[in-house]
Amino acid sequence: MNQQNIPIIEITNLNKWFDNFHVLKNINMTVHKGEIIVICGPSGSGKSTLIRCINRIEEHQKGKIIVAGTELTGKMKNIASVRKEVGMVFQDFDLFPHLTVLENLTLAPAWILKMPRKKAEETAMALLKRVQIHDQAFKMPGQLSGGQQQRVAIARALCMNPKIMLFDEPTSALDPEMVKEVLDVIRQLAHDGMTMICVTHEMGFAKQVANRILFMDQGEIVEENNPETFFTSPKYDRTQKFLSQII
Amino acid sequence: MTISPDASKELHVFKPMPDLPAPLESVGIIGWLKGNLFSSKINSLLTFAALLFLWKAVPPLISWTIIDATWSLSSTPDPTPKTGACWTFIFVKFRVLMVGLYPQELLWRPILAFVIFGVVCVLTALRRLQTRLLIALWFFLPLPLFFLINGGIGLEIVEQSLWGGLMLSTGLAAIGIIMSIPLGILLALGRRSNMVIVKSLCIGIIESIRGVPLITILFMASVMLPIFLPRGMNINNLLRVQIGIILFSSAYIAEVVRGGLQAISQGQIEAAASIGLKNWTITYFIVLPQALRHVIPSLIGRCVALFKDTSLVIIVGLLDFLGMIKASAQDPEWLGYDAEAYVFCALIYWIICFSMSQYGKSIEHRNQWS
Ligand SMILES: Nc1ncnc2c1ncn2[C@@H]1O[C@H](COP(=O)(O)OP(=O)(O)OP(=O)(O)O)[C@@H](O)[C@H]1O
Ligand SMILES: [Mg+2]
Repeated sequence: MNQQNIPIIEITNLNKWFDNFHVLKNINMTVHKGEIIVICGPSGSGKSTLIRCINRIEEHQKGKIIVAGTELTGKMKNIASVRKEVGMVFQDFDLFPHLTVLENLTLAPAWILKMPRKKAEETAMALLKRVQIHDQAFKMPGQLSGGQQQRVAIARALCMNPKIMLFDEPTSALDPEMVKEVLDVIRQLAHDGMTMICVTHEMGFAKQVANRILFMDQGEIVEENNPETFFTSPKYDRTQKFLSQII
Repeated sequence: MTISPDASKELHVFKPMPDLPAPLESVGIIGWLKGNLFSSKINSLLTFAALLFLWKAVPPLISWTIIDATWSLSSTPDPTPKTGACWTFIFVKFRVLMVGLYPQELLWRPILAFVIFGVVCVLTALRRLQTRLLIALWFFLPLPLFFLINGGIGLEIVEQSLWGGLMLSTGLAAIGIIMSIPLGILLALGRRSNMVIVKSLCIGIIESIRGVPLITILFMASVMLPIFLPRGMNINNLLRVQIGIILFSSAYIAEVVRGGLQAISQGQIEAAASIGLKNWTITYFIVLPQALRHVIPSLIGRCVALFKDTSLVIIVGLLDFLGMIKASAQDPEWLGYDAEAYVFCALIYWIICFSMSQYGKSIEHRNQWS
């Protein structure tokens, strides 16, 4: 696995404040191509904020974030090129309710990549097939179940053909019986070699697919390890306490 | 464990119970009466009071408007004393009420314009056309209709001082609505902009217009605008009034649209940004379509209000529908027909406004996604 050594996300000394609230404190992390990182930690620890900085949905004030060779600064050009490489899946799906499932997927390729309509639709259908929901292509998102909506959201995040996928608690808003279908899709992506950062509390899933697990608390990365060591012998008491609460 | 059909133990078969009719007193006419008109003592009392009122008021109204009314098509007042309405008055005045002093021999032009306008309205109401096509149609519509009525390009010019009646009211309202919706949207977007100058400018425009009655704006447009315009630049009165109406309506529509914009969650914008859409594409494809659908009922409400508000142009000397009604009622040859005039006026206003709100209701129902 020589590609494991190519860094695709490099974060150094990242600091972020919401007004006076220091939400991310001196974060350093490197993600290599094809790696799967799971981030966990208590509510309010800054997990969402951290991954939202990676495609600049949140702006950071200090430190350096380089994604796929482009540094994230205020430059619109850099932001656009990073967003092309990074797909994101949200907790509440956030599909566009006024567009059909297919239109949700074709909008960005048609307008940003100027892809011809027919080609955009073919690509979209192929993606929908990949998340096994192509039979619902012409429905409105509101007509789908939560699990189906989240799978569409994953397909939508893939529509610009990103190199990196970010997941922010993709199964937290789902009914229990729908969690599996979404995790299966993410597993499949992992299997296909996608670089992923996933905030989740599905520890079984983390154990299975993650190369590394990061534990965050109060804006810091407390601990970082491979799944086995992370679950069996955590270094910090804080991690242990957290694990004992959620497992 | 599997259940096979030839399992030794016999399964009980579930037979759903047949539906029984609901008790008589809870459905049908009796049920409705009980539930809605006589549900309590006070409600019963109010019902009787209302019935009494209707019994006293409706028969005289019907005999005045229909039974005792004069329907003759003669062109002079009926000399015999009357107990009912004299609709002859309306028939005689019908032309001025509809088109003002528009020359008789060119009457086919406003009639044709009216027919085209009516067809577009019907097409809109039937919802046979794609939304995009419909919007384009309405935007394009004022231009040919204006030339038809005004003249030019081969047609004889009809002076705008001769325009009037319902034609003028509808024209002012329709162009007011068509122009003020996009302007209002721009103002609303500007008000939420990050650029301080744009934002302050939009807030300034919206709030200063909303702080002033329409009458004042019409007055200013009609009387004061010419003073501020550079010498030699001459805009006619009708256009000035139309601009006043558009500005007034835009400010209100901007506030309606702003309400819709606020209903769009940040998550939608973030999701759109995360797939690489840029600011204006996000606004155009994600935010606006959803925001506008949220505010359709209030937008229609604004349109109805604007149509009624156009009756204020009478104060700057334009004789719109209400103005013509008033002028007709004061015609020395036809004195004493005020009631007929205003009943007819109310009826026409009601038909138009009611149709608009019914249309609003129908698209409101259609627009529930899922
Ligand atoms: N836009 C914002 N403005 C101000 N404070 C914010 C904002 N977004 C988040 N915060 C605060 O920053 C902290 C970290 O938020 P964040 O959403 O990153 O936490 P999280 O680890 O994802 O938590 P959860 O598990 O609940 O999703 C929280 O205390 C939150 O209240
Ligand atoms: Mg979060």
